[in-house]
Amino acid sequence: MLIVLPLIGTLLCFLLPRQVKALGLMTALAIAAGAVALLWQLLEQGAMRYPVGGWGAPLGIDLYVDGLSLLMLLITVTVGLAVSIYANAAFKPEKAVYFWPLWLLLWTALNALFLSADLFNLYVTLELLGLSAVALVALAGGSAALGAAMRYLLVSLLGSMLYLLGLALLYHSFASVDIAILAQRMESTPAVWAAMVLMTAGLLLKTALFPLHFWLPPAHANAPAAVSALLSALVVKASFYILLRLWLEVFPLSHAAPGQFLGLLGAAAILWGGVQALRQTRLKMLIAYSTVSQLGYLFIAFPLATTMAWKGAMYLLLSHALAKSAMFLAAGNLLLFGGHDRISHLDRVAQRLPLTLAAFALAGVSIMGLPPSAGFVGKWLLLDTALRSGEWGWAVVMILGSLLAAAYVFKVIGYAFTQAEVTHEASEVSPTMEWTAFALALAAIVLGLLTHWPLALMDIGAPLAISLPALDSGAAA
Amino acid sequence: MSGYYELPLLILASSMVPGLIIFMLPEEAVRTRITLNMSGALLKVILVGIVIWGLSNGQQYETRLPFLPGLELVLKADALSILFITLSTVLWLVTTVYAISYLENSPNRSRFFGFFSLCVTATIGIALAGNLITFVLFYELLTLTTYPLIVHRGTEEARRAGRSYLIHTMIGGALLLLGTVWLYSLTGTLEFTHRGFVAGLLPGHDTSLIIIFALLIAGLGVKAALVPFHSWLPQAMVAPAPVSALLHAVAVVKAGAFGIARVVYDVYGIKFASELGVTLPLAILAAITIIYGSVRALFQDDLKRRLAFSTVSQVSYITLGIALAGPIATIGGLVHLVHQGIMKITLFFCAGNLSETLGIHKVSEMDGVGRRMPLTMAAFTLGAFGMMGAPPLAGFISKWYLGLGALDAGQDWVILVLAGSSLLNAMYFLPILHRAWFREPVQEWPATNYLWHRETAWALLLPPLFTALLSLILGLLASLPYSTLEWARFITSLEYSP
Repeated sequence: MLIVLPLIGTLLCFLLPRQVKALGLMTALAIAAGAVALLWQLLEQGAMRYPVGGWGAPLGIDLYVDGLSLLMLLITVTVGLAVSIYANAAFKPEKAVYFWPLWLLLWTALNALFLSADLFNLYVTLELLGLSAVALVALAGGSAALGAAMRYLLVSLLGSMLYLLGLALLYHSFASVDIAILAQRMESTPAVWAAMVLMTAGLLLKTALFPLHFWLPPAHANAPAAVSALLSALVVKASFYILLRLWLEVFPLSHAAPGQFLGLLGAAAILWGGVQALRQTRLKMLIAYSTVSQLGYLFIAFPLATTMAWKGAMYLLLSHALAKSAMFLAAGNLLLFGGHDRISHLDRVAQRLPLTLAAFALAGVSIMGLPPSAGFVGKWLLLDTALRSGEWGWAVVMILGSLLAAAYVFKVIGYAFTQAEVTHEASEVSPTMEWTAFALALAAIVLGLLTHWPLALMDIGAPLAISLPALDSGAAA
Repeated sequence: MSGYYELPLLILASSMVPGLIIFMLPEEAVRTRITLNMSGALLKVILVGIVIWGLSNGQQYETRLPFLPGLELVLKADALSILFITLSTVLWLVTTVYAISYLENSPNRSRFFGFFSLCVTATIGIALAGNLITFVLFYELLTLTTYPLIVHRGTEEARRAGRSYLIHTMIGGALLLLGTVWLYSLTGTLEFTHRGFVAGLLPGHDTSLIIIFALLIAGLGVKAALVPFHSWLPQAMVAPAPVSALLHAVAVVKAGAFGIARVVYDVYGIKFASELGVTLPLAILAAITIIYGSVRALFQDDLKRRLAFSTVSQVSYITLGIALAGPIATIGGLVHLVHQGIMKITLFFCAGNLSETLGIHKVSEMDGVGRRMPLTMAAFTLGAFGMMGAPPLAGFISKWYLGLGALDAGQDWVILVLAGSSLLNAMYFLPILHRAWFREPVQEWPATNYLWHRETAWALLLPPLFTALLSLILGLLASLPYSTLEWARFITSLEYSP
């Protein structure tokens, strides 16, 4: 249902370019309703498997829902809806004709990805995701955007290819691509290790973990604001989600050393991304590097590898999705308002565009991980785990990352208060665009206060439970 | 004992809700804004009055909200928080009156009063916090809401001051957070308890506890302007006068000092802390800060900067009183928490009046100003003598108990610090007073004609007169029930009695 809806929407948007805005928005609302219905069903019944076309797991394609996938669906819906409304206000009709079909295709891919129960299906959705994302980056036009899109395309294809290679190895060894079945048959052979390395590498490339992040800042900074928001909030998270599933369910072998390695890369990403963000003079580049830095936090959970750490990482993922999309939308407003995004020339936007700046600041609070915000909750869980297991290094890196984040966020806010030497002609920003950015930022704060139910949702189907019994939920169905 | 669940939340809401509404008001809605501000401030005074009355009749006020797994947000009114809340609430009311008049006709007032109210909300939250995590939450909120007030003027200088403030407080906040998480991972609780919660829980973690103590105190010391971390405070003087007044007397600096009191009394417990041997270094640090601040104040010509360094010095009296680890010194420290606030806010109101009415910013321009603004300078004089610790003003009570407490705790060297500091105080305050009262004015002051009094607008004049009078009353009537001294005695008895 959730996959078919956006697909229908995509087709309709292709066929009826005149009504594209109304159609797109209706589809978005329908998806939202569908996701809420699924949430209700999940709360009633617990984790579910749904065999497409009635064929069971070894032969047919299975869809699978648990708390984790549902949270991903919900965050996609939240960000997706806000961005949809924003995009309708921001894009002129001739752009909207291209934006809507591509975005709905992207949404199809995301929903299908979060619901897939087998690795091949995941590959298909990943490829679809990559292609539609690249097309969206190219939407901005201009040589910078096209160059960035081209680089993004190559990276995306390379990542998918690595993933497919690993997948082939797995299929060769175990004659299945279903996650639950693979998990049961898993054993430690060189082929499995090779598959694990290949797939992980491919996914890391797509998730833009340091030092494989080089493609991300130009791609995210040159796309239109609505697209940047989607890319930073959702697309990079999708490949992280697959990685998480793989590590927790398919390869639940002892992986202390590889986990340490991922953690180290994450730590490097936090610091490197933070320093780079601080050095940027353009607002959108700053936000893009901030994404590199924040993605690093997600990988700190790998060496810690307790349920609480995974929950912390997931919480950070959610908070980053909300906050970063709010930030990009706010940046889009500032760009439209002043006609540029040079940070030192922001020229009193605190007075002249207060709502947008408030959105940026609130999102910044969450990115810095200050209370009360969702970012704080995630960081608290990770910090607590790190200190409990005596892992001092990770805690210090996380704190340093927060300080860097504070530095680059307040660099922007500080200039927003002062008068710039060069003033620019200001153009009108529609209230819709301001309010959507603000609503997303506010959501990131509220999520930090209502911590109970997202954390409870993560327990449904126990996707984040550690050690081997991760199989139970799958095997039962 | 039945508990009143909602009251602490209401106290918070009485400034938060007006603050949030004010953000949405257009700039021209002066009347609505003033009504909102004043009704919020008055309502808060009434609510706090109810709580004080209830507490002294054995009532308990506590709100618990779920927050993180295993941790709750706790708002709780106890004796120590009442001390701080009463101070903030009363001074907020006074400062609101002052600020409305001070910022008349200046731009961006909606933003200013919005953050002003949120800033007070955060301060009240700090006072009411019933565990360390709630404390940290409001502590960071205070950092964030103060920033827009400091850069309010939007000049390059203001931006730099704001940056310096943030660099200090953010690093401080990070240290505080690290200490908090570490403590939580060791003890599994963060609830403030009389005489501390760490002592019983943890045998054999002394080294960790000492480092945690250092982290927490460093985090709090940034806001309390303890010496290596103090340099943001004089820079933050670019903010409008009501902000400086609030920053120095109630909000930021006091939040740090109050936090130190919480950590020493309700996290570690004074007995355990002195057994760990962490109080003496803290006392020495405070003593250094007292002397250093006073010496720097001597050489400032800018009036507000001189007052700022004076704050650096005076706030450390509180820390000193806490760190001396004796009952009498504790009384001195806690009393000073309130008294310093009242006296310092008087001085800043007066400085604001001078700059707003006559354009005086420097000490060297103050010749003969007492003739032009006698009431303002009278209030200033009372505040200044209070700071020097002259009887019968409030400042004398604090210093008397601090001195007695030092002797009682066997730390005789502190007497020297106190005497030295009083001398230095006199050295930087008396020349101001001499100039203002006894020198001939160099120039004709611009004549202004206000309805009620020709000195300056009444809303600028009444607040300093009120607070100056208050500091006199608190000094004269220190032994009456409900006075700060009696309340501090009560808190101390909770901490020390067997």
